[in-house]
Amino acid sequence: MAKVLMKGNEAIAEAAIQAGCRYFFGYPITPQNEIPAYMAKMLPKVGGSFIQAESEVSAINMVYGAAGAGGRVMTSSSSPGISLKQEGISYIAGAELPCLIVNIVRGGPGLGGIQPAQSDYFQAVKGGGHGDYRVVVLAPAGIQEMADLVIDAFDIADRYRNPVMIMGDGMLGQMMEPVEFAKKEVTISEKPWATIGNKEGKPRNIINSLFLDTQDMENHVLKLFEKYKEIEKNEVRVECYNCEDAEIIIAAYGTTARIAKNVIQKAGAQGIKVGLIRPITLWPFPTDVFKKWAEADHVKSFLTVEMSMGQMIEDVRLSIKDTKPVHFYGRTGGMVPLPGDLLKEIIKIRGEK
Amino acid sequence: MAQELIISGFGGQGVMSMGQLLTYAGMLEGKNVSWLPSYGPEMRGGTAYCSVIITEEMVGSPIVNEATAVIAMNLPSMERFERTVNPGGLLIVNSSLVNKKADRTDIDVCYVPANEIADELGNTRVANMVILGAFLQKTRAVSEDSIIESLKGVLGSSKEHLIPLNREALKRGTQSVNP
Amino acid sequence: MAKVFEKPKALTGKPNHYCPGCTHGIVHRLVAEAIDDLGIRENTVGVAPVGCAVLAYEYFNVDMHEAAHGRAPAVATGIKRVLPDNVVFTYQGDGDLASIGTAEIVHAANRGEKLTTIFINNAIYGMTGGQMAPTSLLGQVTATSPYGRSAETEGHPIRMSEMLATIEGTAYVERVSLHDIKNILKAKKAIKKAFEVQIAGKGFAMVEILSTCPTNWGMAPAEALKWVKDNMIPYYPLGVKKEVV
Ligand SMILES: Cc1ncc(C[n+]2csc(CCOP(=O)(O)OP(=O)(O)O)c2C)c(N)n1
Ligand code: SF4
Repeated sequence: MAKVLMKGNEAIAEAAIQAGCRYFFGYPITPQNEIPAYMAKMLPKVGGSFIQAESEVSAINMVYGAAGAGGRVMTSSSSPGISLKQEGISYIAGAELPCLIVNIVRGGPGLGGIQPAQSDYFQAVKGGGHGDYRVVVLAPAGIQEMADLVIDAFDIADRYRNPVMIMGDGMLGQMMEPVEFAKKEVTISEKPWATIGNKEGKPRNIINSLFLDTQDMENHVLKLFEKYKEIEKNEVRVECYNCEDAEIIIAAYGTTARIAKNVIQKAGAQGIKVGLIRPITLWPFPTDVFKKWAEADHVKSFLTVEMSMGQMIEDVRLSIKDTKPVHFYGRTGGMVPLPGDLLKEIIKIRGEK
Repeated sequence: MAQELIISGFGGQGVMSMGQLLTYAGMLEGKNVSWLPSYGPEMRGGTAYCSVIITEEMVGSPIVNEATAVIAMNLPSMERFERTVNPGGLLIVNSSLVNKKADRTDIDVCYVPANEIADELGNTRVANMVILGAFLQKTRAVSEDSIIESLKGVLGSSKEHLIPLNREALKRGTQSVNP
Repeated sequence: MAKVFEKPKALTGKPNHYCPGCTHGIVHRLVAEAIDDLGIRENTVGVAPVGCAVLAYEYFNVDMHEAAHGRAPAVATGIKRVLPDNVVFTYQGDGDLASIGTAEIVHAANRGEKLTTIFINNAIYGMTGGQMAPTSLLGQVTATSPYGRSAETEGHPIRMSEMLATIEGTAYVERVSLHDIKNILKAKKAIKKAFEVQIAGKGFAMVEILSTCPTNWGMAPAEALKWVKDNMIPYYPLGVKKEVV
């Protein structure tokens, strides 16, 4: 298939349909409205179902129901709406159901603004809802990657029976880039656990997250964490750029990683060697990759760049156990870092040592 | 040369679609491209703008802070974006709606009466194509053929009859400035 | 005549951001005039919604509280319990009140909260760019009902006034329209009444106002007013739905 020019939001929706997603439940919120609009138009044409729910709370519970019934299902929203979905996400994780949740992040807290931000990192990777659980979080940095990750996300969700989140931001949702859809055959795995009606002679299926007996509850969580260990072993994705001889390594994902790449070139032109570690999975976090580069002699320090007051920086510091200095540069509330300002920060850090 | 461009105007002046056409054309020519719109309540009546990057290199941030060129379709756009043009860069002003000269002397400024030319062609709505023609003449960012090719994709077969008008608007824009 | 064009005290006078021909501006004025007429400006607290009227706190010259989407009646309840002698109102769109905030409005009414709710029914989501509202009419094309709203998949448009009229705690509900001067004057009376009912301590009061969204309906303002008259009123009959005397 030839390349087409698409908005990130549209590419997500198209990729989901190509991945065999046939159920979408959502609620309008800027800057992700193109996703439900696309789904409302296209899903009826492929025999799927689109519902604009009365709220995000309702939408995520529709996802819970559809996932339990074995459907390939997704929802999308932006920050305030994702907050409302947290109850459902906790239930879905607890009941071990596969689904895709897209968060096109905007500035917060509260009603906040509608411009791009990365301030929902903690919410996405450290829980968000209540209880001991994990969500796989994918962070694309371009429209092609957005489309590719949507397709992978559904497979990861099915493989581990776990919710997967794609975290973009207002810029990635709204911008257009060329994208190519590799028409892959989709094979959706069997879901023998789905509640589709109890066939004679088969055990009943029950979708549930209630465990009143404390030992049962603990055993359930331990089982979840066995699964999370597998995910940590198998699913880490990361891009390393220019790290081989870098003296400073930037840690950034999504939009800020794009900006970092511009700056790395500019810095290179001034003889400053800067590299980038771009986590593509925010959970599981590419801990080992950070550890590896922290051990390299040429790497003097790290610089975490985020559109927040500093959230991922905690994972960077934990990964390298503070063996090297970890600096921070961020803008928040919908402000996007300027390459020039980031370059100044790099020059400053270099002067400090 | 890499183009990092801002196109700005009122909602309804076709600035978003102009940017998309250019981006599409760049893609057809095998270049790396991105298009980023302004979004939000600002769209209501206010200025709408998009950033377009067309380059042989990798596209990092799609935000244009230092523009190689700015197209200002109205006065608020010129007031807002004149300062973002790089020294030696290009500012194209829709002089049909902006009766003011630019302050900058370190950049190339072109005044194109885009609405008047479009009216002569019988359709104000192609003012954006006129100014796009002027931009192509100055920069050769993409070929006119690629623009027409993109337009065919955007318009679809039902509106194929609009192609000659758009082609003419592009041509008139080209003729309105010196290369 | 001169008085008509005077700025009500209960408006700040800050130019609003509403699209040309949008009826939000008219309703702001009517609410402010009612507050002025009743002399309650210094005693009133308003709750702004999430919707095009999210910036209502910039326009109403009274103390204001900005709520989360749909939660205005709950926020207003909290305010009223702390300040039982103040006048508290919410200003909400159809997405805010009839979709995400259905539970809050039903239960505020059911508790008989002494609140006044101004409910703007424009049959669409304005702020987010024209998605279907629970009040969108059958067949109405929106960004999320691209083939027209169908009763089969989206249900019928919801009549909030009639529904809330069945609730014991509701003291007054009226549906009005803004499609001509005569109806605007009726709307003004209804809004004033809804404040008086609260002040008299009778219970929950709401005025549903059939409004326009020329931008997302894709119509000129005059055409939009005609659309209210020809299409909305037949489905949403005007008049008092409940009044406790
Ligand atoms: C929890 C949450 N979900 C969604 C939104 C996005 N949102 C903002 S306004 C709005 C609906 C506006 O429609 P309506 O209430 O009918 O008011 P109008 O804009 O038409 O006046 C929505 C869904 C939000 N801000 N918060
Ligand atoms: S979008 Fe609609 S409801 Fe909102 S201000 Fe404009 S006309 Fe009014």
